[in-house]
Amino acid sequence: MPARPSLPSLDVAGQLARRARWTPLEIVFWLVAFATIYFLPGRHLILTEIVIWALFALSLDLILGFGGILSLGHAAFFGFGAYAAGLLAKHGIITEPVLALFAAGLVTTLLGFITSFLVLRGSDLTRLMVTLGVALVLREIANRYAELTGGADGLQGITMAPVLGMFRFDLFGRTAYVYSLLVLFVLFLLARRIVNSPFGLSLLAVKGNALRASAIGIPVNWRLVAIYTVAAGYAGVAGGLLTQTTAFASLEVFSFDRSADVLLVLIIGGIGYLYGGLIGAIIFRLMQDWLANITPQYWQFWIGLVLVLIVLIGRDRMAAWFQPIIRLFDTLGGRMRRMGAAPGGGER
Amino acid sequence: MAYALETIGLEKSFGGIKATNQVSLRIRKGARHALIGPNGAGKTTVINLLSGATRPTAGKILLDGQDITDREPHDRVRLGIARTFQINQLFGDLTAVETLGLAISERGGMGHDWWRVAGRKQTIVDEIGELLGRFGLTDVMGERTATLPYGKQRLLEIALAFACKPRVLLLDEPAAGVPDAERDSILTTVAALPTDVTVLLIEHDMDIVFSFADRISVLVNGELFMEGTPEQVAADPRVKAVYLGEGDNA
Repeated sequence: MPARPSLPSLDVAGQLARRARWTPLEIVFWLVAFATIYFLPGRHLILTEIVIWALFALSLDLILGFGGILSLGHAAFFGFGAYAAGLLAKHGIITEPVLALFAAGLVTTLLGFITSFLVLRGSDLTRLMVTLGVALVLREIANRYAELTGGADGLQGITMAPVLGMFRFDLFGRTAYVYSLLVLFVLFLLARRIVNSPFGLSLLAVKGNALRASAIGIPVNWRLVAIYTVAAGYAGVAGGLLTQTTAFASLEVFSFDRSADVLLVLIIGGIGYLYGGLIGAIIFRLMQDWLANITPQYWQFWIGLVLVLIVLIGRDRMAAWFQPIIRLFDTLGGRMRRMGAAPGGGER
Repeated sequence: MAYALETIGLEKSFGGIKATNQVSLRIRKGARHALIGPNGAGKTTVINLLSGATRPTAGKILLDGQDITDREPHDRVRLGIARTFQINQLFGDLTAVETLGLAISERGGMGHDWWRVAGRKQTIVDEIGELLGRFGLTDVMGERTATLPYGKQRLLEIALAFACKPRVLLLDEPAAGVPDAERDSILTTVAALPTDVTVLLIEHDMDIVFSFADRISVLVNGELFMEGTPEQVAADPRVKAVYLGEGDNA
């Protein structure tokens, strides 16, 4: 829309709210996501996996895309949440899944807060090593205390109570999918709100230029602690969802592979706009599924190749390929908005 | 003690080298004070010490009589001292509107507000509009900072520090690297800063200094060489010698 110099203050407000505005493409994205509940009933198991990957990658996007913190051990929080949810259910401490998931997220948030101080100092390399180390340590703790965690056999004998006391986890994974998707949606809305707040803007500033951020009064370290803590909670919820929907947790939840894969997912989808983790999860999991069917032993070859291509071609150039589609939706959206504002006056 | 900013025996050593040596500055409220000196005299080190980017080895910094020597950089901004950078330090992905909005909401203590959508507060919106006007950025307000012409980035650099509403503003070579055509707009803007803001200008360029400052301190090899009015400094043969000795690389 052209700037209107006669109403400068109006433009300023519009400019500020620009990032927070819902685009038609986003609305379509979520409509399609919820439509799959009815249209892809046979695929709910893999869709649930996608949702969990999406939430996990969304969590990584919060720290990498908005905090600029590179982590190779994000599975630490995923795993912690997974075991927390498993233990809560197994020992009947909190049986109702939603409440238990909330509790699992909360304790993981606490873990995130404590470990956040480790990633404040140092370069990207230090952070990579520290995050990697934390995940390894947690994995070994889970391995060592087998009487609590089941060790290498995993946490078995979990029975899940119905969600909200009403919706039983069924064999086809429908409840699990709807439940996971709703959790993802709610947490996505919250994340969207957070990154578009003044706090979120300050994170972008910290990520963009920490030196200047502190020179305009932003307490850089506290902002990083805050987002790292929140992201840990998100990862914990993702892990908790995995345990709840599969009634099982194994040491794999802490694995380096998982930390590396979630980074892969986020890079495939794109960093720093929240949808990257979601789109990446869809592409990653579907590609994995498809390739594993064609070439069961060597599917990782193709994943690796795709990754190399994505990085070489570059995000910007690939985004340009999709520009026409995005523009089309923007035009449609703009037209709809204008029609809503002035009925009958839809033309420019 | 009508000093807005005062340093007492400020020192900074890097290894064995004293980049700042026994610098005691006194800057009156509302002053237009310039800190000049040849290349490598340690001007930027002084700014870094004042803003908290580096910590002094010895000495004290007083802002309106309050000791801020041990304060974190972001704390100092809240206490009323803000700086610009000789080399632009901006947020390339943000627009001018967002950049200024950020500084204003931080100043208002809203930086940790994670719930409200940025830009819903009319007072912030109004202030951004006013700043854009004052610094000649209205025409480019919605563009990504990284794509702005250099002169506009330079103006945003100053606007951003000014948006923190400092009582003391430290300007580190505001016109550095700006082509002649855009230079005037920057100098006019700097000259038009409100008089209740105390300005410490770090500058290499003598023309700018003499058109702007009412008080000048000369820094040579990390030490204060002399201080006086522009007339006194201009008339001092030692200052001339320092600058001529360095050669013409302004």
